[in-house]
Amino acid sequence: MNRELRIERSLPKFAAAKVAGLLSPGRGSSYGPLSLVNADPLDLPADGWLTIKPRLAGICGSDLSTIDGNASRYFEPIVSFPFVPGHEVVADADIDGVSRRVVLEPVLGCATRGINPMCPSCAAGNLGNCERIAFGTIEPGLQSGFCCDTGGGWSQSMLAHVSQLHVLPTDLSDEDAALIEPAACAIHAALRGGFTGGETVVVLGAGTLGLLTVAALRAFTPVENIIVAGRYPHQVALARKFGANNTCPTPELARLVRSFTGSMAYGNQLTGGVDAVIDCVGDSASLTQSLAITKPRGQVVVVGMPAKVSLELTTLWHRETSLVGAYAYGTETMHDGVRRRTFEMAIELASTAHLGQLLTATYPLDEYKDAIEHAANAGKRGAVKIAFDMRQVSK
Amino acid sequence: MPRPGFVLEVDKSTPPTLFWRGEGFSLEKLPADRSRVIYAPEPLPALDDIDGAIRHALLNPIDQDPLPTLLFPGMKLTIAFDDVSLPLPKMKRPDIRQRVIEAVLDLAAEAGVDDVHIIAALALHRRMHEFELRHAVGDRVYDAFAPRGMLYQHDAEDPTLLSYLGTTPQGEEVEINKRAADSDLLVYVNINLVAMDGGWKSTATGLASYRSLRHHHNPDTMQASRSFMDQHKSELHKSNWRMGKVMVDSGVKVFQIETTLNNDTFPSPFGFLSKREWEWSAKDRASFIGTKKALDRTPNRIARKIFHNIEAPHQMTSVQCGEVGAVHKITTEHVYKQQLVEVQGQTDILTMGIPYISPYNVHSILNPILVMCMGLGYYFNLYRGKPLVREGGVIIMTHPTPWEFHPVHHPSYIDFFEQVLSETTDPHVLSAKYEEKFANDEWYRHLYRTSYAYHGVHPFYMWYWGSHAMQHCGRIIIVGGEARSVRRLGFTPASTLNDALELASDVVGRSPTITHLHAPPIMIADVT
Repeated sequence: MNRELRIERSLPKFAAAKVAGLLSPGRGSSYGPLSLVNADPLDLPADGWLTIKPRLAGICGSDLSTIDGNASRYFEPIVSFPFVPGHEVVADADIDGVSRRVVLEPVLGCATRGINPMCPSCAAGNLGNCERIAFGTIEPGLQSGFCCDTGGGWSQSMLAHVSQLHVLPTDLSDEDAALIEPAACAIHAALRGGFTGGETVVVLGAGTLGLLTVAALRAFTPVENIIVAGRYPHQVALARKFGANNTCPTPELARLVRSFTGSMAYGNQLTGGVDAVIDCVGDSASLTQSLAITKPRGQVVVVGMPAKVSLELTTLWHRETSLVGAYAYGTETMHDGVRRRTFEMAIELASTAHLGQLLTATYPLDEYKDAIEHAANAGKRGAVKIAFDMRQVSK
Repeated sequence: MPRPGFVLEVDKSTPPTLFWRGEGFSLEKLPADRSRVIYAPEPLPALDDIDGAIRHALLNPIDQDPLPTLLFPGMKLTIAFDDVSLPLPKMKRPDIRQRVIEAVLDLAAEAGVDDVHIIAALALHRRMHEFELRHAVGDRVYDAFAPRGMLYQHDAEDPTLLSYLGTTPQGEEVEINKRAADSDLLVYVNINLVAMDGGWKSTATGLASYRSLRHHHNPDTMQASRSFMDQHKSELHKSNWRMGKVMVDSGVKVFQIETTLNNDTFPSPFGFLSKREWEWSAKDRASFIGTKKALDRTPNRIARKIFHNIEAPHQMTSVQCGEVGAVHKITTEHVYKQQLVEVQGQTDILTMGIPYISPYNVHSILNPILVMCMGLGYYFNLYRGKPLVREGGVIIMTHPTPWEFHPVHHPSYIDFFEQVLSETTDPHVLSAKYEEKFANDEWYRHLYRTSYAYHGVHPFYMWYWGSHAMQHCGRIIIVGGEARSVRRLGFTPASTLNDALELASDVVGRSPTITHLHAPPIMIADVT
């Protein structure tokens, strides 16, 4: 039997989760559709698939949104129930008869779905933009961890397509490797800006994604100044460590940007501003602030998963601001024109920046309610990333 | 005959002592047998005939010809006057500046002078509101000159309105208001509330630009001024005097008019604030209790408004005019006569209640930087001889120190507090790293010139003002302050005076001597 955390399609439970989540972030884990079950192992859906045994699996903001019933309904056609969450996965896999430690690239693109010829995006290496994520040999699911046929990382075993697996260097710890998937998202976001050198960039939000974005900007782009706004002192301290040369609490950001860029101001709007903001929060307030502090013809990159937001777009119109999304990863074009797989870069970053330092705590599956609440309140509790640890003996 | 200042040795029978706490106050029991309280001298009597004294001074100046002989038709006459930072609290109308300016204008009119400009000597302070200008110079002067553009405020950021006069032998650049520099006569109308004011500081600071001011408003000069209230031991003053010589050598002709006020600081409903507690009458006690209870229930914003509307019954005790240095010597004697209190020996702990007002928050908020400046820049420096607190001793201030700033008056203060003090509180480090950037920030420049904002560099100057005290003391504690603000200043927060004394014991031992500076009213401790 496979011990796993599973999310069922149950509207009453999603409603209860939403109420509980409003009262206290993460409480949806106690009243919502998530439960710990012993399940039969999944059948391999096609050739190229194999069973892997998760070692560590991170808890992501998108997982928390789902558990607290806050995920956008946009996702309904591209997930399939019941599913086992967990897409930030370090696992053991038997590849060609050899046991290897691997990290999962969870996007379920054309290769995993047996679709041939591939869609234009997959063919171009832009896996995150796959146009067939609801089709092919497996059920809909934008990533492993949202598809009923693959399982997810919050379990003792799951399925993965061989094309999703990256063998880890032996000297890379599990903890460092657990941050590879979010680091790949951050690298993609950092390169989405198309920075060519000398730019000043604000990273808004200093949770896992924000901090990894800072590390990615420093490692893979020629930006000059990185300003980070975060809510908690430990976050801004880590941001400095990863290469930010200016940090501040979020309420002070506009004044810091004004001062740093020598801008003038009218009301809450700067006349100038930074070249780009990478918004790792993605709510109405953060997007409004991002637009207000970006210089004319600058760029706002939305990395934090937004849901419904209310936004005054006059600023965007008047200042000709570009608002772009940044989702997942695939293949990146560096500022010098070189093309690289995002996951390769993320594995490199995990090693050079010792990303495991962001992994604050791990929990066994049995303590999933504590784990979820810890992750949902990570900032307040001085934490960054929380993960499930399947290396521990379950109770 | 007013009584001189007094140093009370606290014993078990001594009643609790009044401590200011911003827009409020408390009574605190100081430890017996090792505490003392310094009270200011009582107010000196005012001159009987103020207008007569002014006219007499103008006609009988010191080391200079009588004013009427310096006035002639066709001349350029400029009258500059001290801005809203003086006096504190603002005095009841008519303000002494109004009386002096009216007397000067009468003489100018008699001499047929028609090219007269009146300039508020702001330096890098905020511009005055119309009601403040009217209060200072009077409605008659304001209505006659302001609408014609002949009464205005010094703009230290308009290069076309500045005149570069040269450098001192020490390389200090002297750049002052062009109209003042180009006039046939510059009459400066001063209010000398404390010994630091006046002399060449009036023109060399009040009418100068950042280019000039940076030579004496810096950590080195401030730390070497021991104290600001003792001109001969103040590097700040020596620099201003050197600049004054450059002005004279450049042909700037100054007719200095200096006035001194008595320390009659609070009107009758608040009279108990100036009294010695053991002399409080039943009415005083009732006033204290009633006022305190009312203030405790009043929102800060309203309490602030009430206090800033107080008009002091200050009266003029002297007026003298003529050559700057000679005039200022006599002025300083008058100030000392009103404010000096003899104090024997230094103390381990100096306590001070910080009131609602400083020179830089008239009709505004005493933000945390100004709390620091009041305590460490002003009160600490109210000495002659030696500082009241020994080297390595502790200063304990009482003030709520809210994380609150006036967004119009103090915009650069907000950024300084958020962006600079979060990184360092070392005056030399922050000066080297940030001063130029703030001083040349276009946005602050715009707000200084067109709104009512202090210059971008001003919070740095406030910080430098306290740099000698920071260097001198072993610990600074603020009682009743918002903890995060106090910590941002680099100080230690304490809930009560007893807690503060406990915290201080780490630095000064278990039985330290304590001295409380019972101000306002202002006094200068003559420490031997």
